[in-house]
Amino acid sequence: MSNWDILWQARDEFWTGFLNTMQIFGLSITAAFVIGCFMLYLLEGRPSVGKLSLRVFIDGMRMLPFLMLAYLLYYGLPTLGVRLDAWWAGVGALAVYHGCYFAEIFRGSRLVFPQGQIEAAQAHGFTRARMFVRLILPQIVMQTRPLIGNQLIYALKDTAFLVIITVRELTAAANSLSGTYFIPTEAFLVVIGFYWAVSIAMEIIIKQCGRFGARRGLDHA
Amino acid sequence: MPDDTAVSIHQLSKSFDDVEVLRDVSLEVAPGEVVTILGASGSGKSTLLRCINWLEQPDRGSIHIAGQRIGVDDAGKRMNARALARVRAQTGMVFQSFNLWPHLNVLHNITEAPVHVMGKSKGEAQTHARELLDKVGLSDKAQAYPGTLSGGQKQRVAIARALAMQPEVMLFDEPTSALDPELVGEVLTVIKDLSAEGYTMVIVTHEMSFARAVSDQVVFLDKGLIIEKAAPATFFDTPSTQRVRDFLKNHH
Repeated sequence: MSNWDILWQARDEFWTGFLNTMQIFGLSITAAFVIGCFMLYLLEGRPSVGKLSLRVFIDGMRMLPFLMLAYLLYYGLPTLGVRLDAWWAGVGALAVYHGCYFAEIFRGSRLVFPQGQIEAAQAHGFTRARMFVRLILPQIVMQTRPLIGNQLIYALKDTAFLVIITVRELTAAANSLSGTYFIPTEAFLVVIGFYWAVSIAMEIIIKQCGRFGARRGLDHA
Repeated sequence: MPDDTAVSIHQLSKSFDDVEVLRDVSLEVAPGEVVTILGASGSGKSTLLRCINWLEQPDRGSIHIAGQRIGVDDAGKRMNARALARVRAQTGMVFQSFNLWPHLNVLHNITEAPVHVMGKSKGEAQTHARELLDKVGLSDKAQAYPGTLSGGQKQRVAIARALAMQPEVMLFDEPTSALDPELVGEVLTVIKDLSAEGYTMVIVTHEMSFARAVSDQVVFLDKGLIIEKAAPATFFDTPSTQRVRDFLKNHH
């Protein structure tokens, strides 16, 4: 029986791991996106101590290796009396970590957002929250979509780190099979294929969103 | 404060750092009246206009729109954001650089504030928007996105967008200064039509013959002071100050 045959027979393990990875990824990246948008809103307006603290938090997260955050949430929090299930610790770590990256991506775009559009909204009686949701955020999300696509791939790859806090995801499946049958090359090649397939699918979707934007004259506005 | 004025500006002063851009400016605009504000660049005319809807905050003085004070509440304190937004919604502003929202098509640019600020129903707002597009001559562009329009078309959409608020007063901040010369006319024609329909308007402009044709009152600002305030015929034919005579000579 060749190594590939062994892997084929273990396909259920890969599939379960893959589904688990996709669940973790889908949930955490959605939460991260919402967290990023919310942080961007909190950063609106005049500088304040609260906003400065938020910036420090965002930068602190961005400068932290993701592995450390996953470790801290899973192995560190219990010393403070908070014990998270490995799966939820992973989802939480990914959501907060990539939420900070999203916030920073959006912030960069917000810095160059045309002031005239804001003034037009103010002159038409918009309050800050409504202006943000209706006028600022949709444009910022459209404009930053290449960076959002990049971040999606980044976050997908970060799910692989969760193997070290015992989450049974895709990389964990490969790890366990390669350990059991000593076929690391083939097992990891299969897993790489999964990550690539999902990444390529996401890139295609982001490209399609770009066409949608171009049709609306947004990209040459 | 008189309630029968559309806009009443009382002893307004404003400085940027230590430069005084407005000094004790007072001005009343009656309902249906068209006032143009002229002056050299840096004379404070755009600042004056932008104070009316509180895009700039004056240091001293008061502004009332249809009898309601803007920026400061009855107790003399700074207005909260919600109250300020409500007063602002009673003014319509047209900017030099159009400032349309590029992610919304023309129709949605016009219905955005009526629906999401005034709480109108979508259907009602769209019916009104189509009437306004007809008025500015762009009924065929309802579904177009701003990025696909010419400057003159964008500015006409911006005018329709401001009119959709059914404002007490329309404020125009150099509405044709960013346009190619051949597109200026179409925008000025729309503004002239509005004056004929009895809209109250305050217009900052560099178009002298337009100012003469459209105004009930011309105001000339120089270094933050109103140095002439007159009917257009008087202002253009027999100005009373040397400063205005010099200014008019350079603009003809």
